[in-house]
Amino acid sequence: MQLFVQRVFDGLQAGVIYAILALAIVVIFRASGLLNFAQGELAMFTTFIAWTFLDAGVPWWAATILAAVVGFGIGALLYRLLIVRLGGPAGNPLAIVIVTIGLFLILNDGAGIIWGANPAKVPRVFGDGRVEVLGAGISVQVLGLLGVLALLVIGFGLLFQRTKLGLALRAVTSNQESAGLAGVKVMTTLMIGWGLASAIGALAGTFTASQNASVDTNMMQVALIYAFAAATLGGFDSPLGAVVGGLIIGLVSELVVGYVDVIGPDLRLLPGFVLVLVVLLVRPQGLFGSAQVARA
Amino acid sequence: MITLEVRDLVAGYGPVRVLEGVSLDLTGGEVVVVLGANGAGKTTLLRAISGMIPVQGAVRLDGVDVAGRRPEALLRKGVAHVPQGRGTFNDLTVEENLRVGGFTRTSAEVAEDTERWLDLFPRLRERRDQRAGSMSGGEQQMLAIARALMSRPSLLLLDEPSLGLAPLVTADVFSSIHSVVGELGTGVLVVEQNANLALGIADRGYVLETGSIVSSGTAAELSADDSIRRAYLGV
Repeated sequence: MQLFVQRVFDGLQAGVIYAILALAIVVIFRASGLLNFAQGELAMFTTFIAWTFLDAGVPWWAATILAAVVGFGIGALLYRLLIVRLGGPAGNPLAIVIVTIGLFLILNDGAGIIWGANPAKVPRVFGDGRVEVLGAGISVQVLGLLGVLALLVIGFGLLFQRTKLGLALRAVTSNQESAGLAGVKVMTTLMIGWGLASAIGALAGTFTASQNASVDTNMMQVALIYAFAAATLGGFDSPLGAVVGGLIIGLVSELVVGYVDVIGPDLRLLPGFVLVLVVLLVRPQGLFGSAQVARA
Repeated sequence: MITLEVRDLVAGYGPVRVLEGVSLDLTGGEVVVVLGANGAGKTTLLRAISGMIPVQGAVRLDGVDVAGRRPEALLRKGVAHVPQGRGTFNDLTVEENLRVGGFTRTSAEVAEDTERWLDLFPRLRERRDQRAGSMSGGEQQMLAIARALMSRPSLLLLDEPSLGLAPLVTADVFSSIHSVVGELGTGVLVVEQNANLALGIADRGYVLETGSIVSSGTAAELSADDSIRRAYLGV
């Protein structure tokens, strides 16, 4: 039992990161109908910015917020200066995907040039403490991250469902032309959407760094793959789905690796993706995604 | 009350010119119809007026040239456009569609007008929390018109409201348009192939052929014109 609880929390610990990054992917998808493959590297880049603040003596929480603010700006500018020139949501999606993959490489190498390729030490934001849950020692870190995740989900749920900005974001995703005709400032709305996603990514990055107790240029790459899987599992248009998807994938990976001997740590990536495959066969829109409704 | 003056409007898509210098007028709460066959340039005309495509020539609202302004800006000047194919937000509920329509209004106005249009279109009230994409074509057209009215426009541009609708449903849509604009005093510029119904609610009309206005007159004059009867009324 103690081992099981330990593994559940280990799984959640990994899952939280996938969940937050998946949330960023889903926010961009909901706002602009596009996928940003550079989301993970953007998160890494802003994490280095947070680390720079930390290094300058700023407390971790302020550094995290500052990184999120800078991330917001980078995301918004990225949309305005780059994605718009490729046609935005109306542009060729393949061209945009390729450009975001290019950004992936630029950000990865850029961070290496600016901050160096060797990992740098960062403190654990919620400390190294442990609490005992059912006999297992659970790090305060995991509990703190789960709390932050819950706040993010509630916050973004309210944003999309209850605010005028959320309505504008959803209107622009659903029908950009009509949104403009209804007086929604389409460009500004999309810049905000990309900015929000990058700010969330910055949180995913700083929390990853905090879990690893270090920051390095390749830290978000596996997380990005899992985050895409999480968004697919939960449904690309559902923030809640992304988060649940992330946690499930983290849990399943940890538990299967722990309890099924044939799948050792080398096949760690496998169980999550098998699960995604099975779910998609039954529910192509993902667990929480909405099926496309055809125009009558 | 609003006056719309369109002068020598030229517009197209890339190298293809669709409008070859169109001029037309609309004053106050008039309902003006532009008749034309497929490819005559009807949709392009509305897109040009509401700022969705680049234009040459003048589009004057109350004497002020607004040619080249973005749709977001024109909406704030009182021009609402129901695009071809209705342009409903399929993933949003009926009520959310209306809220987007009232995006430039205060929340009190939005709440008030939402009830008003749901009263006028009871079918929409029944489907208030249903996603727009799941509704029939006629219901979506009603929703598109109600959504445009949420901005309390002084000029409504309607792009072929009859498109893809059964004749009875089309008649229903036109009678709704007629009663709403009569009550509000909203000017309406409607482009249509269905000359019968459109002329039935219009004060005046123009005939658009391959990007140029070829005739104009009161609705009665156009209905009586032999060449128009043959070309658009199917008699």
